[in-house]
Amino acid sequence: MKTGLSATSTSEVFRLPKQMRATIIDHAKRDAPRECCGIIAGRDGVPMQLYETRNVAAGNRFYEIDPAQLIDLEFREFPAQGLELVAIYHSHPESPAYPSATDVELAFWPDAVFLICSLADRDQPVVRGFRIRDDAINELTLSS
Amino acid sequence: MQNEARITVLIPTPLRRFTAGEAKVVVSGSSVAEVLDALEAAHPGIGERLRDDSGQLRRFVNVFVNGQNVRDGQGVDTPLSTGDEVGIIPAMAGGADA
Repeated sequence: MKTGLSATSTSEVFRLPKQMRATIIDHAKRDAPRECCGIIAGRDGVPMQLYETRNVAAGNRFYEIDPAQLIDLEFREFPAQGLELVAIYHSHPESPAYPSATDVELAFWPDAVFLICSLADRDQPVVRGFRIRDDAINELTLSS
Repeated sequence: MQNEARITVLIPTPLRRFTAGEAKVVVSGSSVAEVLDALEAAHPGIGERLRDDSGQLRRFVNVFVNGQNVRDGQGVDTPLSTGDEVGIIPAMAGGADA
């Protein structure tokens, strides 16, 4: 287990449309106590389309996007629509909106923004965004 | 003369740095293992991202043949013939720490 993970804040701003933020929170609430997961695609880093995906991981503390759904998006849907992966989102139903050691270890898509929705305070969900590259976490400023 | 199958391999975005940005690569091989060997020979460095030292697929890499996940069948021993399409996809996964 990696320890001592800390984020550096960058000046990078990620524009997450209000509606997408609301969809992520709604998805997180619907799937709780399981983690939810999904993908945002777009162009030039600008979010355009949100895809709710199936979580095939066992238990309530993991997510793994259904690989069959993922391969369809990556090799069929995105090229057909002229889209690219922009962000990957998942929820932490009971813990903070911060990348876990597992999130860092399994960050195989370094070009994506990682969005995490925390329901630790169910009445006040929190969504934060990060870059995770080479085991380093950089928090982004989210704007709408 | 060996008449090996020519297989199209779909390369996911994070691994395209090994294929000079190419999203599709055509290599020869009669099984998934042979195709992954040929892929590594043509694009050194990509192989260790896909398989462990024993030659098995890494836990968080999935390989599909014509839309079927090889984990549900014969894994890297899955036979291939010309025209088959192999798709490689790293997992999108993680989770809250216990």
